[in-house]
Amino acid sequence: MSKPIATTRSATGIPTGRLAVWWVIASEIVIFGGLLASYIMHRLGHPEFGDYAAHTNTWIGAFNTLVLLSSSLSAVLAHQAAERKDGERAAKLLGLTMLGGLTFACVKAAEWTMEISSGFTLTTNAFWSFYYTAAGLHALHVIGGVVIMGFVARDAAQGKELQRVELIGNYWHFVDVVWIFLFPLLYIAK
Amino acid sequence: MSHAHHQEGWVKKYLWSTDHKIIGFQYLFTGMAMALLGGFFAYAFRMQLGFPGKSVPGYGLVSPNEYNALVTNHGTIMIFWFAMPVLIAAFGNFLIPLMIGCDDMVFPRLNRLSYQIFLLSALILIASFFVPGGAFGGAWTAYPPLSAKHQYSLTPAGATFWLLAVALEFVAFLMGGINFVTTVMNSRAPGMKWHQIPVVIWMIVVASIVFMASVGPLVAGAVMLLFDQQFGTGFYDPVRGGDPILWQHLFWFFGHPEVYVVLLPAIGIVIDVIAVFARKKVFAYKTVLYTAFATGILSFFVWAQHQFVAGIDPRMANVFTATTVLISVPIAEMIFVTIATLYGGSIRLTTPMLWALAFVAEFLIGGVTGIYLGSSGSDIYFHDTYFVLAHFHYTFVPIAVIGSFAGVTYWFPKMFGKMLDEKLGKLHFWATIIPFNFIFIPLFITGAAGDHRRIHDYSRFPDLARADLQNLRAIATVATVCMLVAQVIFFFNFFKSMKSGKRAGNNPWNANTLEWSAASPPPHGNFEVLPTVYRGPYEYSAPGRESDFWPQDEPPDGEVEPAQEAAE
Amino acid sequence: MSSSDETQHEEHASRAHSEPAPAKQTQPAGHHAEHHGDMFYVQIWALLVVLLVVSVVGPMLGHPVITLVTAFGIALVKAYLVTKHFMHLAVERRYVVYLLVTMVAIMVLFFAGTAPDVMKHKGFNWKNEAAEQEVKRALDAIKHNPHQAH
Repeated sequence: MSKPIATTRSATGIPTGRLAVWWVIASEIVIFGGLLASYIMHRLGHPEFGDYAAHTNTWIGAFNTLVLLSSSLSAVLAHQAAERKDGERAAKLLGLTMLGGLTFACVKAAEWTMEISSGFTLTTNAFWSFYYTAAGLHALHVIGGVVIMGFVARDAAQGKELQRVELIGNYWHFVDVVWIFLFPLLYIAK
Repeated sequence: MSHAHHQEGWVKKYLWSTDHKIIGFQYLFTGMAMALLGGFFAYAFRMQLGFPGKSVPGYGLVSPNEYNALVTNHGTIMIFWFAMPVLIAAFGNFLIPLMIGCDDMVFPRLNRLSYQIFLLSALILIASFFVPGGAFGGAWTAYPPLSAKHQYSLTPAGATFWLLAVALEFVAFLMGGINFVTTVMNSRAPGMKWHQIPVVIWMIVVASIVFMASVGPLVAGAVMLLFDQQFGTGFYDPVRGGDPILWQHLFWFFGHPEVYVVLLPAIGIVIDVIAVFARKKVFAYKTVLYTAFATGILSFFVWAQHQFVAGIDPRMANVFTATTVLISVPIAEMIFVTIATLYGGSIRLTTPMLWALAFVAEFLIGGVTGIYLGSSGSDIYFHDTYFVLAHFHYTFVPIAVIGSFAGVTYWFPKMFGKMLDEKLGKLHFWATIIPFNFIFIPLFITGAAGDHRRIHDYSRFPDLARADLQNLRAIATVATVCMLVAQVIFFFNFFKSMKSGKRAGNNPWNANTLEWSAASPPPHGNFEVLPTVYRGPYEYSAPGRESDFWPQDEPPDGEVEPAQEAAE
Repeated sequence: MSSSDETQHEEHASRAHSEPAPAKQTQPAGHHAEHHGDMFYVQIWALLVVLLVVSVVGPMLGHPVITLVTAFGIALVKAYLVTKHFMHLAVERRYVVYLLVTMVAIMVLFFAGTAPDVMKHKGFNWKNEAAEQEVKRALDAIKHNPHQAH
């Protein structure tokens, strides 16, 4: 179906697509913010969480942080390419970003497998409940982002809807920023 | 861009449409159906309260557990599946593109998806009535551990279905909000400045923003509650390192702004209707806007007013008392604006106008009684009594019921191209309003006398098992039945007029806003020629003009309409 | 809808120019005239990696204040860099920044109103005995069995 005329108007000067993604990011800030605020309250009120958290693997967390930061780089470079109307390059760079996201997810799966078999499950104690819930919610957003990115990359490779490269990029950077805070909260606050 | 004007199948046109008007109708009809369900639940539990232990005609005996499920789902349905869908999603979807002069929302397919998720949420809620153990009965506030542990709730599946339904409803409205806010921000007709947008549209936008900003923590909290229910985590269990008070805060942090999320669109409808039928400019339009913004912002600072006796730190209670009493100021201001708009106006008492006036009168009672509840001292006595219940029905019923009727009776001609029957409309109005007061004034009295909320049978409470109180409860029950029966008049009028009502022209009310420039009902694409705006929406009885209205898109006198972009 | 870069800032047509808005509408603001080449972003990335290393090493020194500054302080810096440069908030419309900052402020508000009841386990005339007992029990258990799951 063709887009309505409404889509082409921009009384604010910001294209509607980008405006909508900011809106999505704003609503995600309060979702993750609520979860993390709840975690922080418990963490500060329960000093024993520090000992529980000692069993998370800081190196794996740091590696995953590196993976996401690097995938953010490829995402912003994809945007640069899209600005230059180079859809093929943008698609390739988005592909790299997706690879980073998938790596993140696989590493996390392995990490969780390790932790669960060591006896640290969702119900072990409140720290681990928060750990799996927060990281899990984040990982869902990573996977969702990779899926959407796939569609955007497919269109971009054909030179279509290049403005969406920036949009999925913005979403991806947000997912990266959430992890930037999750990492110290879950892995370092020991 | 081209639209192929082919003949669409029934399914594609009505069930799979991306047209904002159809989606608006989907929300409207779903909301109306759910309102009937919620009303039926009220009938059942009020019959139990008025005539305890007697079998309720059309339902049967109401057991204590069923009673809990009825009150829980009545509240949940009325807020999430009636008030929000009708006031925000139905009116928002139908009106926004029309009133700002464009052809559809900016994301039509996302719009369709948001309705589908909403419908799914309604179906999941209804499914919860049929699962083993029955529907959730832990109150719409769902406090843990009652809501978290099956040995307390006795509804292992119902509790989770309820939670999933509510969570999906949140997702649907988050998605809908994207469309509303982005469309209004970006897709306005050329010439429409921010201070020329009709009040009702502004209110829906502010409501969407407030909803989006406040629901996040509760989404997180719902995930945590779900895990407590299904996986045995201890987020809300102090013995496991959690805290039930955390849920209360997560819930009310959203729950309080939520009441303004529904109030603002209702007040927006009322203000717009009053302007049209007083033939007068809205008194202090910009003040109304700033007041709405202030209300939205302040609404984030009052939430623990619901938790005064929950064991929160008394020093916090002081803070929240101050902010709560403060928030009554901007709301009162908006009510004063409606009165000031009426003053000196040329008042037409049409059915929509009657509803709008009733809103002002009834909401006033609700607002004033809220002061006693917002003050932590008096709330110690009133909390969890029927005084609270009467207060919030004197706010919620004006918002959800009166506001919706004002909107539906006003915009019906535009939606369906026919006029509603005025006589039936006025009959329905009085047949609703009078019983409404006879339900809740008695409940203020019984509440002040000590009637606890969420009690199935007062015979076990010696100080409440009194004949005079029971008489008041019976009066409230009889009035409930009368009010519910009166709605038959509305539905009869609604469907009969849809089919064979008097044909409405484009602008039967002689109103100014852009939707009245489109055909009744508007075609796909809304306007033959997309309008340009030259003035604000409230130029009624402008001095020096013969006509007492001045549509927004009428070119200034003497100017020729320039060539417009054509809608296809 | 291409993001091609007009630097014109066209607000909706005012009454004076009753040029109706044609099908080609107001163009997005010209922030897309990117002045940064790819290398700029690689440099930001390198800085982020360095900060990551510091934030991992810092807490290993075991000093609470150093941990706080390196782990959390650096998280703030990294987030700032990503939002400002990768998300182009540096050149986005001001009110987008205000919107996002407001959301964060709302979270701070939520924390401020809830923490006195949830984070603290006693206050003015009240005590959360269940929570205090749980903390005590857990700390004792850790003292006696330092490496087991509790």
